[in-house]
Amino acid sequence: MKQTTVGGTKRKIWNALAIALLVIIFIAYMFPFLMVVINSLKQKRDIIKSPFSWLFTIKGLSFDNFVKAFVQMDFLNAFKNSLIVTVCATGLVTLLAAMLAYYIVRNKNAVSKFTFVLMVASMIIPFQAIMIPLVSIYGGTLNVLNHRITLIFMHTGFSMAMSVFMFHGFINGNIPIALEEAAVIDGCSHTQTFFKIVFPLLKPIISTMVILNSLAFWNDFLLPSLVLTDKKLLTLPLSTYSFYGTYSADYGTIMAGLLLCVMPILILYVVLQKQIIGGVVAGAVK
Amino acid sequence: MKSSKKGKDFCIFGLPGMFCFFAVVIIPFVYGVYLTLTDWDGVSKTKNFIGLRNFGVVVQDKQFWISLLLTFRYVIVVVILVNVLAFAIAYLLTRGIKGQNFFRAGFFTPNLIGGIVLGYIWQFVFSRAFVSIGESTNWSLFEVSWLSTPGKAFAALVLVSVWQLSGYMILIYVAGFMGLSEDVMEAASIDGASGWRRMINIVMPLMMSSITICLFLTLSRAFMVYDVNLSLTAGGPYSSTEMAAMHVYEKAFTSRQFGAGQAEALILFLVVACISGLQVYFTKKQEVEA
Repeated sequence: MKQTTVGGTKRKIWNALAIALLVIIFIAYMFPFLMVVINSLKQKRDIIKSPFSWLFTIKGLSFDNFVKAFVQMDFLNAFKNSLIVTVCATGLVTLLAAMLAYYIVRNKNAVSKFTFVLMVASMIIPFQAIMIPLVSIYGGTLNVLNHRITLIFMHTGFSMAMSVFMFHGFINGNIPIALEEAAVIDGCSHTQTFFKIVFPLLKPIISTMVILNSLAFWNDFLLPSLVLTDKKLLTLPLSTYSFYGTYSADYGTIMAGLLLCVMPILILYVVLQKQIIGGVVAGAVK
Repeated sequence: MKSSKKGKDFCIFGLPGMFCFFAVVIIPFVYGVYLTLTDWDGVSKTKNFIGLRNFGVVVQDKQFWISLLLTFRYVIVVVILVNVLAFAIAYLLTRGIKGQNFFRAGFFTPNLIGGIVLGYIWQFVFSRAFVSIGESTNWSLFEVSWLSTPGKAFAALVLVSVWQLSGYMILIYVAGFMGLSEDVMEAASIDGASGWRRMINIVMPLMMSSITICLFLTLSRAFMVYDVNLSLTAGGPYSSTEMAAMHVYEKAFTSRQFGAGQAEALILFLVVACISGLQVYFTKKQEVEA
């Protein structure tokens, strides 16, 4: 950009090379997805003959694979389960984390300080270091596994620390206390002040957290696999897992199933691309 | 009066969030430390206190140390490849070319999809598509599925992880490059710094904060790899790709040695915490202000 005036042609050649290189890498990146799309419409024998043959060179093309996968995965049910868990957990963690962060910022007492330090420290604990006692407490003593609400509660708990941390930073930097004092003078209770004045001002950070958390919940496998075993409750990643176990040799059906599985999120991505990328960057850079 | 109001505030605002956090993270973590001192098998009602004997079991669990060593190798390769690749792609993307957003969005796509599904997609690519290339070209590299030979299965796992993680790091590096001050870059070219000189002496130090973040994220994610590991290779062939996180899972839930499994999980946690702590400390020291 800066050198366009000086040595323009050299710059142009470099840019052309850069684009060519990028396109090659990009195609390599997209190759697996391309394979899935092409083969999801083919029959098994055609796939074995050649996974690369293009769609129009083959006769037996059909959507049969999709129908079969749709039924065998119990797609609608799994989709519904994923949706319920993701929406509830995301809503819950957003609300509770915003409130807790607000409390911590505005009440600097021993409890709030201690909680905040503990939360920041806990962010380095990987899930694997907690999963075994988690199963033993909730599966053994309390016996509440195999309920959606348990999974929602656990998702909420696990993403609490990170969410509080993000809200804490935002409230600290962007919400002037004078605004709340004015609201209190006008007769608002603390609860009213929070919901009517503060919460709407948190919109940018809320959208970031909703994107990050819902992506994580939607795609999570390990935690749901420990909590849910009842076939009726399986989320999409879980039902994909059991579906694959049964049909692993039936390539066409598998490809169709995988495509079905990623479809909802890809459609959402096409629509909300800017927000999703912005949210992820904001979440990482903090 | 005032203190009761404070108490009410605490109950409404602070308590619910804290309750979730403590019930799901802190209490299990503390309880987990206690579990390592018992011989619990996950089913029986009684847990006997056996002191540090589980750690003795861990020391003798050869497979654990093999998988930990393997995880180290995997992490080193993945962290280097992901960051070099993502840095290079982000650099190319921010040279003012058209379609930058399109490319960036495309590279990020794997991150939207769960590791289980990604692993299955690649399983097909390795076992059918690559083999088919091998058959038609007689290229020995692809003749046998990568997933059925130990060394190549490891390479396959690395390849998929790099593919998956780099899109995310590209986003962060792109944001970093975009944040580089035009003035500094201009001053550098006026002073005659160009090409490699400019990259090493000016761009790299200014990008250090992005590098800190990316190294931290890739380190912690690579150490805890599980989903892709499970769906791509399931640890095979012959446990040659069984990473530490998967070993911990197997130890606890398949071999039903909860105490020893938890002890291994804690060791893994300490290793990861130390390494990423050191990494952040050292790379932060390299950061400079523009």
